[in-house]
Amino acid sequence: MRFDAKSLLAFVIPVGLILVWQALASAGMIATEVLPAPSAIVAAGWRLALSGELWTNIGISAWRAAVGLVIGGGIGFALGLTNGLSRLSERLTDPTLQMIRTIPHLAMIPLVILWFGIDETAKIFLVALGVFFPIYLNTLHGIRTVDAQLVEMGRAYGMSSWALFSRVVLPGALPSIFVGLRYALGIMWLTLIVAETISASSGLGYMAMNAREFMLVDVVVLSILIYALLGKLADSIAKWLERATLSWHPAYLHV
Amino acid sequence: MTAATLSGRARATFAFAPADRGPPAKPASKSPAKAGAGAPISVRGLSKSFGTKEVLTALDLTVPAGQFLAIVGRSGCGKSTLLRTLVGLEQPTSGAVMVGDGQRGVGRIMFQEPRLLPWQRVVDNVRVGLSEGLPKAASKAQALDALGEVGLADRAGEWPSVLSGGQKQRVALARALVSRPKLLALDEPLGALDALTRIEMQSLIERVWLEQRFTAVLVTHDVAEALALADRVVLIEDGRIALDIDVDLPRPRRRGSAEIGALEGRILDHLFSSGGRPSDDRPGFEPEPVEYEKAYA
Repeated sequence: MRFDAKSLLAFVIPVGLILVWQALASAGMIATEVLPAPSAIVAAGWRLALSGELWTNIGISAWRAAVGLVIGGGIGFALGLTNGLSRLSERLTDPTLQMIRTIPHLAMIPLVILWFGIDETAKIFLVALGVFFPIYLNTLHGIRTVDAQLVEMGRAYGMSSWALFSRVVLPGALPSIFVGLRYALGIMWLTLIVAETISASSGLGYMAMNAREFMLVDVVVLSILIYALLGKLADSIAKWLERATLSWHPAYLHV
Repeated sequence: MTAATLSGRARATFAFAPADRGPPAKPASKSPAKAGAGAPISVRGLSKSFGTKEVLTALDLTVPAGQFLAIVGRSGCGKSTLLRTLVGLEQPTSGAVMVGDGQRGVGRIMFQEPRLLPWQRVVDNVRVGLSEGLPKAASKAQALDALGEVGLADRAGEWPSVLSGGQKQRVALARALVSRPKLLALDEPLGALDALTRIEMQSLIERVWLEQRFTAVLVTHDVAEALALADRVVLIEDGRIALDIDVDLPRPRRRGSAEIGALEGRILDHLFSSGGRPSDDRPGFEPEPVEYEKAYA
């Protein structure tokens, strides 16, 4: 009972704001070309959902985000592991990677358009570049900060290299790797929004820019809200993964 | 008095009373206290330097199989380095160390910290002490057995983070003992525990040693602890053995008895009289430079 009442409390302000917004818009105090009423946005969403346009665009955006994350995150994770485990590899590649890191990846957009046009490759490239660094850096940091005493214990107890990695090093690095993943998810959506808004012929960003041309403000606001929901969804999935794999962590113990 | 008597020592035998305190002893069938369960140790001319600092200097030490040896000394005297060399965590700069027939993995070490893997359940932490090739069911059964021996069988499924400091150290002891090692190296394993838990742990270690008869080498600051447990106490000073005393007292030993008091006085006198060297325990002093290199490079 108490739990329900408390969790309802969180909804008071958002719901209140929407009600006020709706009331002001219905009373004509907010111009529809500035901000359409919530009901109009819901109607626009319903219309686009029925025509299938909404699902197509969400699907394309989500696909770009996922492919970019897998490629960039995969390379970042692999390099983070390699450089965390091998000083030689770190000396060889880390300075170059740190150099590239100083370039804001969105500054690459003009160049990327020249290279890849406004093709899928351009967007995936940008997302991959954006998510690479947080995952790389946090994987590397996680491995480097694994408790040396535990590693020594593993050696003293005759663990093979693989056992040492899978039972001591990787689990020890996991909390840091998750920090990198959640940070990367934020960058993933941000990159995609910018890339799709500037150059695209499909996807949520394109839908918003297209709607702007025809002054469909409700569709523009709808796109923004959907971006927010997708971001929240991705974060919740990461949080759930974190809970599932870090159940040993005192922060997640429910005893 | 300062002359060290080092080699050819006959193993002391004790008429010990059966352990009548602590958790109940296991049935005889499960504790094969057969002779020869321990590994003899032979250290010849062992020197160990870290950079320019020589920690151990041409040290000789012979430990018969099954003996309980305690090594005492000030911080930085090299006692931990000697212990770590016995289990292969340090390589000698020169000299030879032979444990048992020279095979690797004869000895197990227990550290000052429990060093349990926080992401593995208690029982899986104990299984770390077993060979990776062992079938899961068999290794689980052995791990549970070892946990039972330290009185923690009911905590097998818990995460280490919910255990108390003493319980964690008991899990670490189970992990060290689960493979039935011929040598148990104890690197101040009770140093971080409170006084009562310490005494409990001392009885526990004595009981499993009496049952299993492995060779035990205990490094400690605490002379009273050394005398409560060991057959023989060795004092290391400036990388050499400065004193080597047999403790021919019946077990279980009574804390604060006159004989223990006399031996303790002898060792402490030696510690304080030797050269008037200021204590290494003063703030700012760097103790033994133990280098933890990353193993997975």
